[in-house]
Amino acid sequence: MSKKIIVPFGPQHPVLPEPIHVDLVLEDERVVEAIPSIGYIHRGLETLVAKREYPEYVYIAERTCGICSFIHGMTYCQAVEQVMDIEVPERALYLRTIWSEYSRLHSHLLWLGLFADAVGFENLFMASWKAREFVLDVLEETTGGRVIQGSCKVGGVRRDIPGKTLERMARDLDVFERELKDIAGVFLNDESIIGRTRGVGVLSRDDAYYLGAMGPTARGSGVGIDLRKTGYAAYGKLQFKPVVETGGDCYSRCAVRVKELFTSIDLIRQAAAKIPEGEIEVKPKGNPDGEYFSRAEQPRGELVHYVKGDGSKHLVRSRIRTPTLTNLPPLVKMLAGCELADVPVIVLSIDPCIGCMER
Amino acid sequence: MGYFEMVKIAILTTLRSPATRRYPAAAAKCTPISRGRVTIDPARCISCGMCMKKCPTDAICVVKDEKTWSIDRLKCVVCNCCVEQCPVHCLTMETGYTPSMTVHEGVEVIQITYVKPERPPRKEPDSKADSGTQPE
Repeated sequence: MSKKIIVPFGPQHPVLPEPIHVDLVLEDERVVEAIPSIGYIHRGLETLVAKREYPEYVYIAERTCGICSFIHGMTYCQAVEQVMDIEVPERALYLRTIWSEYSRLHSHLLWLGLFADAVGFENLFMASWKAREFVLDVLEETTGGRVIQGSCKVGGVRRDIPGKTLERMARDLDVFERELKDIAGVFLNDESIIGRTRGVGVLSRDDAYYLGAMGPTARGSGVGIDLRKTGYAAYGKLQFKPVVETGGDCYSRCAVRVKELFTSIDLIRQAAAKIPEGEIEVKPKGNPDGEYFSRAEQPRGELVHYVKGDGSKHLVRSRIRTPTLTNLPPLVKMLAGCELADVPVIVLSIDPCIGCMER
Repeated sequence: MGYFEMVKIAILTTLRSPATRRYPAAAAKCTPISRGRVTIDPARCISCGMCMKKCPTDAICVVKDEKTWSIDRLKCVVCNCCVEQCPVHCLTMETGYTPSMTVHEGVEVIQITYVKPERPPRKEPDSKADSGTQPE
């Protein structure tokens, strides 16, 4: 029996440039226990809700996360719209769906690049980020912002996408899909990636369920939870099947994300074909009075926005629960028993977004 | 399973031209609606202060008495909110970004040159005859 030692992992650049600290209790090279600690970049964004009027808080809600910013703004808007009984026009719901899916593409490609980098595959990292550039260009062309879109507002959306642009976007996706298929082939079939990820950081289906894993972490372990199936925005009118893998290891979580890229492309195509003509926003009347929990599927899992209003133009309370927080207990479970050299890959496999988690 | 999955991408990347631009020799890529920086036309600003009220980061400050409009470029998050709220459309969103800086150059203060046009003197109420012509 060897002596136990503790190796600190983070908070300065632990595999990804975000501050999370994990104390790894080691026995030789094997991790016996992992103790995470968080709270390095708490910004107090939720408190700002009392100082900003509810339509302006969308800008702050969006800036909770730099990667899935559109979905944050949309979930907040959904919550306020439910409190105020606003019926959002159909076209706005479809536009929200299209932008959400582009956000998902951009987030997944960013993660795939980082994952390739963590595995040690720099060439693939560059290829993934080059593909991501196409998505960012589309987002900039349609919303004006590459990363922070700022196109969602209470009651609808700020900008419309003209019909001709939508047709061109759908056509461009064909070329993009072909390019993506090459990259996906490497992630799914390349021997060096399989050797580095298969059987690493296994999370069983029961553990994933009981520890509250969400998003690709849960779907990689065989738990078929996908909030898009609840039919918010225009997802109820589109056909898709959640991607579920049963391996529970890093490879399965990677495969879920790779396959979700194609689901997203398909959803954008469907939405672009079905989008109706009409208004893109309704003017909200009065102030929110009541409370609501709004849920949406982020690229990382379930996102919850809670808002409470008292009839004034300032909301009383806002609460955000992000998917990274729910994926931390499964991460601790995955880390126990793994090799020290596998820790970066496992930590990255839950797609941690610490800036989003601590707000 | 395969050992040469990456070869196709690697060869194509080698043969194709670079995916990046030679900035600043080549101009940066932007679209007509890209949000770069907020600019003001001081000749049209009526100092109503709507942009200051709606700014989510309190980057804009309008002083009515001194007739100044100021913006802290490092606080501004380029959300387009002020441009949308401006009643006289004197604010515009340029596509070029503010250049990065090593020293905070302070708040950019712009003197408002708008002069309120004088109203033409009111006519004496000789319109009674006009109103009388309307059908009942």
